[in-house]
Amino acid sequence: MTRAREHGWRTLTLTLCFAFLYAPIVWIVVFSFAGDPHASGAGQLSLHWYRMLRENDGLRDAALRSLQLALMSSPVATALGTFAGVSLARLERFPGRSVLIALLAVPIFAPEVLLGFAFLMLFAGFEAVTGLAQGKGMATLVIAHATLGCPVVASIVFARVIDLDKSLEAAARDLGARPLRVLATVTLPLAAPAILSGWLLALTLSFDDVVTSSFLAGPENTTLPMAIFSGLRTGIDPQINAVGTLLVAGVSLIVALSFAASRLRPATSP
Amino acid sequence: MSHQRLSAVDRLILAVPLGWLLVFLALPVVAVVALSFHEIADSIPPVRALISVDSGRFALHASLRGLRIVTSDGLYLGAFKSAVVNAALTTIGCALIGFPLAYAIARAPASRRNLYVLLMILPFWTSFLMRAYAWMGLIRDSGPLNSLLLAAGLIKEPLAVLYTPAAVLLVMVYSYLPFFVLPMYAVLEKLPSDLLAAAADLGGRPFYVFRTVTLPLSLPGLISGAVLVFVPAVGEYVIPELVGNSNSVMIGGILWEEFFQNRDWPLAATIALVTFVMLVAPALVLRRWFSQAGTARI
Repeated sequence: MTRAREHGWRTLTLTLCFAFLYAPIVWIVVFSFAGDPHASGAGQLSLHWYRMLRENDGLRDAALRSLQLALMSSPVATALGTFAGVSLARLERFPGRSVLIALLAVPIFAPEVLLGFAFLMLFAGFEAVTGLAQGKGMATLVIAHATLGCPVVASIVFARVIDLDKSLEAAARDLGARPLRVLATVTLPLAAPAILSGWLLALTLSFDDVVTSSFLAGPENTTLPMAIFSGLRTGIDPQINAVGTLLVAGVSLIVALSFAASRLRPATSP
Repeated sequence: MSHQRLSAVDRLILAVPLGWLLVFLALPVVAVVALSFHEIADSIPPVRALISVDSGRFALHASLRGLRIVTSDGLYLGAFKSAVVNAALTTIGCALIGFPLAYAIARAPASRRNLYVLLMILPFWTSFLMRAYAWMGLIRDSGPLNSLLLAAGLIKEPLAVLYTPAAVLLVMVYSYLPFFVLPMYAVLEKLPSDLLAAAADLGGRPFYVFRTVTLPLSLPGLISGAVLVFVPAVGEYVIPELVGNSNSVMIGGILWEEFFQNRDWPLAATIALVTFVMLVAPALVLRRWFSQAGTARI
């Protein structure tokens, strides 16, 4: 294949694939600025749906609750996943290794619906045994989301730590550093990029989860995805486009900032 | 087998996640297994206790009703079948789009690759529901897809795509695409380009080089991508619910209905477990491939 032909083929593939990937995003944004079709001035750009959204207390509360939930559950998932990933990468043999691997694989292989159902059983059982009516509260959701995020963080951290140069930690030990100090000053800082991307992924997973939350959250604890999902069953609602556009704007901003930051410090992240 | 000597810190970072997962993951799954043998009852929760004491005598109320229903009722077998078929088609669709995409990114100049990977993942950082919803808008009768086709004169009447199995497939392929592309790209990127150049220099035609060099070497990525798409796709509930019709009910939807509408928890538990076992069994067989494919970097 000539160079020009390969170049043309590659450009065509990338253009078509990115058009496919971005078509829905473009639709959400464009449609969110469409006016109310039943009002005068239809067909012009307007902030009508954003104004409607501002008055929609239910959706706003759900969004805040989802944000709160993601911010509470993702650090727990990150800590658990980092510990698990470091253990698996650094300790070659230990009792319970295969149990830990199997448990980390469960959320990947089990259908989401099974997990939601399983969590509900746990909390229902807890309630029956202790008599504490905790079943449908926020704590339940945090624990469930942290558990689901943990394997994702673990696999990313594992991949990073297994590639690290072991001699760095050995050198620290030889120079007299105690295990905790080696972990805190050598292993974890070197794994930091992976821990950060694991945390971001756990955050997104929690913020996005609809199935597990539907099993666990009572009507007073509706999350944003649950609210959107119940709205979608009835059809298209342009208010949701406005929510989507705000989400796209927020995510783009965060990604642009982190991309710029990684450009400033080259060759540190994987 | 000798165990490495573990320091107190090692023990701690091991015990915390292990303990957490045992309590909050293993225990609930065991609870679902137990639940699948319960009898249903008209109470809250809607099951009868497994063991009861009646005038000094213990009675066991276990039943295999759930398993019997799942294996005999055509509704459930049909839902399993359509879930597996749909997941297989989704995997094929992801491979057809994902392989060229991963290949194009891997063959791009090194300075561009990270940007392309970022551009590919970016849509998936926005809400999953949003993207499914956007497709509802794009493919509905009065949506842009139909306007485009009508304007081009390709069709006379709007094409009914939304609420059909085709819509489910389209949105599933779209949603699961990065799970395929990322492991695929990880393998293709490491493919030594001298190897391809050597094959070409020795007179291999492009398709021959692809079939005899590129494809066999990228097999590990292809397989781990396919597993990462197929497994969650079987249990998918949200997409068929949003863009499918009532005929395309899959196992996720059936489970949801048994739990929330029919309140038959033992049956729901059985369906969940059967699905789980169905997915884990082939995965254990494929584990050999996993160790070869290595861990996909995200």
